[in-house]
Amino acid sequence: MTVNQYRSVGSRVFDAINIAVLVGLGMITLLPLLYVLAGSFASESEISSRTFFLWPEKFVTSTYEYIFATDVFIRALLTTIGVTIVGTVIQVALTLTMAYPLAKRYLPGRTLVLNLVIFTVVFSGGIIPTYLVVRDLGMLNSYWALILPLAINPFYLIIVKSFFQELPEALEEAARIDGATEMGVFFKIVLPLSKPIIATFSLFYAVGIWNDYMSPLLYIDDSSRWTLQVLVRQLTGADAQNALSAMETVFFPTQGLKFAVVVIATLPILCFYPFLQKHFVKGVLIGSVKE
Amino acid sequence: MATDLAPPPVKAAKVAGHKPDRARTLWRYRWLYLLLIPGLAYFFVFKYVPMRGLQIAFQDFVPFLGYNGSEWVGFKHFVDLFTGPDFNRLMYNTLYLAFLNVIFVFPAPIIVALMLNELRINILKRSVQSLIYIPHFLSWTIVASLTYILFSVDYGVLAGWVHEFLGGQKIDYVAQPDWFRPIIILQTLWKTTGWTTIIYLAALAGVNAELYEAARMDGAGRWRQLWHVTLPAIRPTIVVMAILMSGNLLDMSFEQIWLMTNNLNRGTADVFDTFVYYVGINQGAFSYATAVGLFKGVVGVLLIFGSNWLAKRLGQRGLF
Repeated sequence: MTVNQYRSVGSRVFDAINIAVLVGLGMITLLPLLYVLAGSFASESEISSRTFFLWPEKFVTSTYEYIFATDVFIRALLTTIGVTIVGTVIQVALTLTMAYPLAKRYLPGRTLVLNLVIFTVVFSGGIIPTYLVVRDLGMLNSYWALILPLAINPFYLIIVKSFFQELPEALEEAARIDGATEMGVFFKIVLPLSKPIIATFSLFYAVGIWNDYMSPLLYIDDSSRWTLQVLVRQLTGADAQNALSAMETVFFPTQGLKFAVVVIATLPILCFYPFLQKHFVKGVLIGSVKE
Repeated sequence: MATDLAPPPVKAAKVAGHKPDRARTLWRYRWLYLLLIPGLAYFFVFKYVPMRGLQIAFQDFVPFLGYNGSEWVGFKHFVDLFTGPDFNRLMYNTLYLAFLNVIFVFPAPIIVALMLNELRINILKRSVQSLIYIPHFLSWTIVASLTYILFSVDYGVLAGWVHEFLGGQKIDYVAQPDWFRPIIILQTLWKTTGWTTIIYLAALAGVNAELYEAARMDGAGRWRQLWHVTLPAIRPTIVVMAILMSGNLLDMSFEQIWLMTNNLNRGTADVFDTFVYYVGINQGAFSYATAVGLFKGVVGVLLIFGSNWLAKRLGQRGLF
């Protein structure tokens, strides 16, 4: 019975269908991305004449050459890279420093702080009051507006806190007995042990800032401070033709250009992805299984 | 009672000894508290200060006059909202999408996780997983761009295919109000399903293997094992996810909807969040937009507490 149950006809049919459906899901994920990649290297006439293709008949790089010779684009790319790097460092630093004390069960006031944090997940001031705070701080049209309002993600904070709680207390005790200060324990014992989780949440935070469209939409009017996501929107949205009037002299939104911009905005994420996949699965599991 | 029993001198001594005690605790953990300060400052400035700003929902807020100078108008903006021409449309659009989310988006990762769990070819399982996690890391602007590339009439792959195989007029899916909701749901499924399976797969990995042995001994086939062992085992996870989702029901993904809204589908597309942005930031009606946001926030809180209560009534553990 134990061995045979996987050999019955019904069971085999189930397996066949199961495999077919799952492979299909994988394809649905992959194909649009491959099409955009292929299209970005295809000529304008090929894009309009062929419905769907994964390999361009004639391989051209003129779109990319054009893009990388354009100020607007270079500026948006550098802005996004800069904001992502600075933002991620700030976010990870703030999350780690706040999570560590919250992991100490003996710390008076810990529960109060945790409840204050969790409350912000359930209820918030919302778009307009937050906008007014950012405005009152003089951060409109400043890169800080893309970073500081998102400095700590409460979910990530809680997961990192749970991770710190699981670290063996004995290690810290031993360090203290050897004369290490609280700061010494944090920097020399706890942080080195937390590399996987730091890698995971650095990736999550970096992706969050890189992909953020709402903050620039809310807080940035100045087109010289546009991020990549705003540019993607401007070039590929439904109203691309109208929205482009501001920069029409610089850019002509051909289909190939749209494809190429999507590729460039996606590529860095897909490049890091394989290296970090192992880590993030582990990182998420730490958070979800332990509650 | 307790105070009666405690003799005054002792009580006095206790109170006297209490203050230096607290100061000593603060001093003892000073480094830990110091580490806590930047994070606390963040939550104070960007989460709690905006909550104070909610008061402008009850004012005719004039930025120049500030919170204290602006005139209080009570529930005027809420009355305007509830009796205004937009409310029914916003409510309908928001609830309709929420309903579609419950029907299609919520079960999808559970089903996919169960299917992955049944897949015994490890390489295939891992490849499929790696692929379906990817969309989670792509931005909504990318997903919207892909949608326009695939679904719009100009050079849309899907529009082209449907035209080729079924004939008739080419349909500009992204401009049709009728196609707005299906496209939004398809996008959400594409972007979120894979990633959410991680949580269910973790729950599935924790199921005791002996339970399957026992079920097999009792003659249970694969379907019965699924029904009687697997599903009950991951039920707590499903309940927690359901409660979390219920709080977000009215929080339609702002970026997603905003990016897919255009002048042709606006009637179907507008939901509370995009409306708040539109009247608040674009038209400068801060107070009215804040009232809309506050209404939405309060309903969200009620939903999350309501479903938590319901979960407990049904004998589940709940979130809190």
